[in-house]
Amino acid sequence: MDKMIDSTPIMKDYADMESVATTTIDSKIPEGPVAEKWTNYKAHQKLVNPANKRNLDIIVVGTGLAGASAASTLGEMGFNVLNFCIQDSPRRAHSIAAQGGVNAAKNYQNDGDSIYRLFYDTVKGGDFRSREANVYRLAEVSNNIIDQCVAQGVPFAREYGGLLANRSFGGAQVSRTFYAKGQTGQQLLLGAYSSLNRQIEKGTVKSFNRREMLDVVIIDGRARGIIVRNLVTGEIERYAAHAVVLATGGYGRAFFLSTNAMGCNGSAAIQAFRKGAYLSNLAFTQIHPTCIPVHGEDQSKLTLMSESLRNDGRIWVPKKKEDAEAIRAGKKKPTEIPDEDRDFYLERRYPAFGNLCPRDIASRAAKERCDAGYGVGTGNAVYLDFKYAIERLGEDVVRDRYGNLFEMYEMISDDNPYETPMMIFPASHYTMGGIWVDYELQTSIKGLFAIGECNFSDHGANRLGASALMQGLADGYFVLPYTMQNYLSDQIKVPHFTTDAPEFDQAEADVRARIEKLMNIKGTKSPDEIHKRLGRVMWDLVGMGRTLDSLVKALAELEEVRKEFYSDLRVVGKADDLNTELEKALRLEDFLEMSKMMAIDALHRNESCGAHFREEYQTADGEAARNDEEYMYVSCWKYNGENEKPTLYKEPLKYEAIEVQTRNYKS
Amino acid sequence: MEKTINVNLKIWRQRGPKEPGQFKTYQLDKVSTDSSFLEMLDMLNQQLVEKGEEPVVFDNDCREGICGMCSLYINGHPHGPVQGITTCQLHMRKFKDGDTITIEPWRSAAFPVIRDLTVDRNAFDKIQQAGGYTSVNCGGAPDANAMPISKEVADIAMDSATCIGCGACVAACKNGSAMLFVSAKVSQFALLPQGQVERARRARAMVKRMDELGFGNCTNTGACAAECPKNVPLSNIARLNREFIKAKFQD
Repeated sequence: MDKMIDSTPIMKDYADMESVATTTIDSKIPEGPVAEKWTNYKAHQKLVNPANKRNLDIIVVGTGLAGASAASTLGEMGFNVLNFCIQDSPRRAHSIAAQGGVNAAKNYQNDGDSIYRLFYDTVKGGDFRSREANVYRLAEVSNNIIDQCVAQGVPFAREYGGLLANRSFGGAQVSRTFYAKGQTGQQLLLGAYSSLNRQIEKGTVKSFNRREMLDVVIIDGRARGIIVRNLVTGEIERYAAHAVVLATGGYGRAFFLSTNAMGCNGSAAIQAFRKGAYLSNLAFTQIHPTCIPVHGEDQSKLTLMSESLRNDGRIWVPKKKEDAEAIRAGKKKPTEIPDEDRDFYLERRYPAFGNLCPRDIASRAAKERCDAGYGVGTGNAVYLDFKYAIERLGEDVVRDRYGNLFEMYEMISDDNPYETPMMIFPASHYTMGGIWVDYELQTSIKGLFAIGECNFSDHGANRLGASALMQGLADGYFVLPYTMQNYLSDQIKVPHFTTDAPEFDQAEADVRARIEKLMNIKGTKSPDEIHKRLGRVMWDLVGMGRTLDSLVKALAELEEVRKEFYSDLRVVGKADDLNTELEKALRLEDFLEMSKMMAIDALHRNESCGAHFREEYQTADGEAARNDEEYMYVSCWKYNGENEKPTLYKEPLKYEAIEVQTRNYKS
Repeated sequence: MEKTINVNLKIWRQRGPKEPGQFKTYQLDKVSTDSSFLEMLDMLNQQLVEKGEEPVVFDNDCREGICGMCSLYINGHPHGPVQGITTCQLHMRKFKDGDTITIEPWRSAAFPVIRDLTVDRNAFDKIQQAGGYTSVNCGGAPDANAMPISKEVADIAMDSATCIGCGACVAACKNGSAMLFVSAKVSQFALLPQGQVERARRARAMVKRMDELGFGNCTNTGACAAECPKNVPLSNIARLNREFIKAKFQD
């Protein structure tokens, strides 16, 4: 990492990229005031009649909140749905791990919430880099989500009077988060899974488990099918349909260590990218502030501690460097540091929101303190302390609220958080960027749609807590099943596709050649070893604080990792058999491409906004300095071939309902 | 401070459902006690791959105890010796230097082995498909607060709904019964007002499907609840029995 790298050629390659942009991007945002757009759209969109629906086939890849809710709803409507997942059951998708909750603008707490306020908080939380029309629609359908989930029998937390309970999350001054213990994602996913099961039983949805998509098949410019690898047999299979929906999640495992599940990957996005779909805002990756810190080299993943802990926990580091040093050396305990020697840096810097400021801000503030030498543990950790909550509320109340999270923490760290403060540090968690979609959630390839985390659409440069579940379900239950019909209405005369078309032959041959190539490298490094190296490059150079230099260096280092991959990878076992090493190698190959695009996107965006913090662009007091003049747009990257520079297109962002301002969580 | 231990691993290896399996032993040194059990297996697999051997195949995904994918039978217990956690939440500090650790797949007629420690739990999906839902289409649901549900009932329903579908209950049961799994879902809906309309039909359909899929009968040994990583209570089975009998009377 200390090698001197000549940055000039890389800079020359990427610095003048914007000049290439010529095409205008049509985001198909409907006319009219923001509050009327979705209603107007629905009133005038084209529909498909019931008799025609059963003649139309739709592939949905993924069974998380977005995929399962879309597949089940499209099935209920009468379409033929083919639904794929890489796990052994649709119920395992990573949405299941979301702990905290789901936002909705119900205003059940009578605290001044409204659709407009949820919309406003989300746009502001996203640092004015999201599309107004999409976010308004999201806020609008948020209330339907809660109604739908309750009707499914999702056991949300309730008050003694029998009505639904709420709690607060970062970036909001109202309580609008609905939850089911610390297992909200699980309960919402099981709700969607139950609806999916009902459709599988009826025969409208066919479920294909342990299958991994390896390519999307394009015929005459339209997405018409996918190539998948059967993970049990290793066979390559073909599936055809009138349209393809990707609901494949985020690319956060580019950092290797993340809160994502081991199988999470960005491969479907890269396959779509190679076939012409744009990738957008890839630099916007969320680093979650409250994760359990890294313990050692053999670590495989990081565990998130729910953001809800910030409701009652206070975050601090020692005020004095010598205290921090003593703690790191094991000579002092955190409980020995008196209150006056504790720096509650979030409360100090952001008095209005305090410990509940948005994730990007909380993460960066932790890094700032640790970089300055005040970190505890290994030096990369800060305290989240419940001493004050226990004094104020009593241990029983704290146990009732967070007991399961405390147990989880103790299991992993062997520390008792009732007695000593938790140690936390930021970790890669969610990706706001992803596949570009228009208002209809259609990608730049006709007939290819992208929903949930894998698209870029709603969170701008930073996502607020409890909004991922909201977006996944909004897309799957309430948006895509409508907007897709606008596309499918002129497909009703197109007969069922077969997989005999030459395009399928070609796509399958390409997939086989790719697998063959990886199997034949016969080097010495396992996919995990190379992935760890990739992760270190990404975390060190494309992580929470980026600079021009670090990004230029990252691109050079990524090229080295790529070379190592293609010259020294070892995949044991056979291609036409169950082979977990081959699965990892294929995903890693796509992460290499994704990582490069993340670095390029971060390099081109000469500003700081939301989760994208370019250290050279900050205000005097260390806040992100946006450049609205030049960068108030969505970056849309088009693939031009393996060793070619991608082309940048820009979708300008217009703010009509909300006045653009500098984010302020101080007063 | 980091501590390491050396362990002997006795792992079940099996190529496929129809092929005979056998235990193989491996010595693994310098395992950090801060590592999780699955990270320890990652270490082993890394060493196997370095020797050009195929890694041990085991299901895992979220590694935080919620997806239900991991499913190892460790030293005679589903998910290992610690109560109330999944395999991925087990840490190496629970073992001692020099320990021999025996690792097997779930063993049940309804869960055929796919490879090594990975089994096919598709039967669980099929049971859910028989009736584990309320038949409401998307759209048109009434306001979420239109139907108050007492906190007590909601909390008990949540305890039932906590099931992660890992199959430890089946693996723990000497009869290979899926009663705890089925009863958890039937209970969730039997308790909540949303589930009343299809209450009898659901109990009948899910039990029928369970019986068709080769799961054994329940003899109330309670091993399922004792080994459940989510502590789903045995009272669910009693509730399912009541639901099933009531449904039969309605026939």
